[in-house]
Amino acid sequence: MAKIELKHISKKFKDETVIEDLNLTIKDGSFTVLVGPSGCGKSTTLRMVAGLEKQTGGEIWIDDECVNDTPPGLRDVAMVFQNYALYPTMSVRGNIEFGLKNRGIAKREREKLIADISEIVGLTPHLNKKPQNLSGGQRQRVALARAMVKQPKVFILDEPLSNLDAKLRNQMRTELIQLHKRLGTTFVYVTHDQVEAMSMGDEIVVMNKGVIQQADTPMKLYHDPANRFTAEFIGTPAMNMMNGQDLQGIEIRSAAAVGHVGFRPEQALIGAGAEIEGYEIEGEILTRESLGAENIYQIQSRTGVFFVKTFLAPLETAARVKVTIPYGQLYYFGLNGERLRGVEASSKRLAAAGGR
Amino acid sequence: MESVDNTIGNIGTAAAGSQRSYVRTRKAMIRQTMTAILRVINTVCLLALVLVFALPFIWMVSTSLKTLPETMIFPPRWIPTDPVWQNYADAWNTGPFLRYFTNSIIIAGGILILQMLTIIPASYAFARYRFAGSSFLFGIVMVTLMIPAQLIFLPVYLELSAFKLLNTHLGLILPFASSAFGIFMLRQAFMQISDELIEAARLDQAAEWKIILRIMVPLVKPVLVTFALFSFIAHWNDYFWPLVMTTNETARTLPLGIAKIREVEGVATWNVLMAGNLILVTPILIVFFLSQRQIIKAFVYNGVK
Repeated sequence: MAKIELKHISKKFKDETVIEDLNLTIKDGSFTVLVGPSGCGKSTTLRMVAGLEKQTGGEIWIDDECVNDTPPGLRDVAMVFQNYALYPTMSVRGNIEFGLKNRGIAKREREKLIADISEIVGLTPHLNKKPQNLSGGQRQRVALARAMVKQPKVFILDEPLSNLDAKLRNQMRTELIQLHKRLGTTFVYVTHDQVEAMSMGDEIVVMNKGVIQQADTPMKLYHDPANRFTAEFIGTPAMNMMNGQDLQGIEIRSAAAVGHVGFRPEQALIGAGAEIEGYEIEGEILTRESLGAENIYQIQSRTGVFFVKTFLAPLETAARVKVTIPYGQLYYFGLNGERLRGVEASSKRLAAAGGR
Repeated sequence: MESVDNTIGNIGTAAAGSQRSYVRTRKAMIRQTMTAILRVINTVCLLALVLVFALPFIWMVSTSLKTLPETMIFPPRWIPTDPVWQNYADAWNTGPFLRYFTNSIIIAGGILILQMLTIIPASYAFARYRFAGSSFLFGIVMVTLMIPAQLIFLPVYLELSAFKLLNTHLGLILPFASSAFGIFMLRQAFMQISDELIEAARLDQAAEWKIILRIMVPLVKPVLVTFALFSFIAHWNDYFWPLVMTTNETARTLPLGIAKIREVEGVATWNVLMAGNLILVTPILIVFFLSQRQIIKAFVYNGVK
């Protein structure tokens, strides 16, 4: 178990700055997920924690110890790679054993550890096989076993599920969550898939262009995004964004200038009655995706294309619909994408009527 | 009337249908025949190729079992009437063949071991490390590939003679202690291995030498075996270098011994000479058959990657 602290970390590849002045504390025993679009520096950050990449500036602390000059093998960190990086010429047993041998652990203890671990991940019948004779899921398990058997302070996982098919991915996702509960070790997980991040992490760090956008719990990220990037990155389909100038029939009272107004597809109501007060948009349904429990509509309106998601409602067949978004569900963003809070909105007509 | 029309119509469509299916089967038949013909041509070509390479060898075996007059018969006979195994004993006894044989093994084997010791670390360093002047040094290695042995044998001869290494095993081994070709081949193989494997090993606390020996070398084994075989064959069969660097029998190798068979009696005793040649190539054939699987793997592997 360990707390990880990144202090003023920067990373340059030749002349290109990938990360600049990054500060992050990863809590002891947490399942922290670094998420962001590809090239946002999340993998680089992870590799710097593991010691595979040397930071250009700043300090990395694991458990109150500065590990800037500690080689990767001595940081007490285990890593699971995207393509597993199993040693192809060694058997499953050899793969798991290699790290233990290098640490000089006695043979009897090694065998006990391997037996325990392979029991946990269900590899016991495959111990003498070569990785090439295993399925994707089994390889993944070998990679996990190889990391776990070292009983490290920190687990680092670099997009470990992206090579698996959808069903297996879901299964491994739950297994990883259970594994984290069982071990209680700090997990640092990198993914570009926000669904994976939301479902697994208890702490999510959203990154973009080498800068941390927001680090928070999944629910806070969803309900209370700090900026436009996070708002649009979290959630499927993404949050709909409208240009503040395109809005009609709404009065916004805000201290700062409003650049964009957003709403989540699942908060919009199709064909709601007049009793619901909210921003109304009319539009034409372009596509309908029916997923059984939920339906996703792509709607063309005067202000652009947006998505609406409904649950357990019959498929909307009308060509033109009226969509209502309750005022409380609107998110306001400033001109630079920062979140504006304490903004109030009401319908113009109502305000005018009240004034009369 | 209607029924008649119908019948005619039916006949018409039926005819058209059968014609269509006839065309289809004919097309399929043509395609089948074509593939069959191509397959036959392919096999014939391969057989011809095999013959081109195998015939001289078969001729050598056949000659080695003939009497000297029988080797001169025209038209030649492929299978000797009465195999003369004595030729092998004669070949062996024309000179100190046991010494030639051990010399060949010591020299080709010694070269092989030294080359493995030098090219593995060198190629790994060229493939995996960036150090000051690495590309310059690799350039120098590549340049040596282009210098023919005939160009440098004189300076090397003088050098060896200065170190009193002429007529010694060491003198025949040391000039080939490393191989530019081997370094190049192995470097390419090392470069194909994914970085993540090495990173995983580093995280597993493996020392650098352990990463090389336990992970990298096993991965390039097919390439390594192929190179080892090429090197072994080349130095086992080498005639020029031992000829130049030896003046007496102490370090002479098999090819020199076999060349000497020709000089024994003035007349070329082809049957004995061929027996000697078979003694020369048999060890290589054995080594080749032992490593054949690895070699094929090396080429397939490189092709697929």
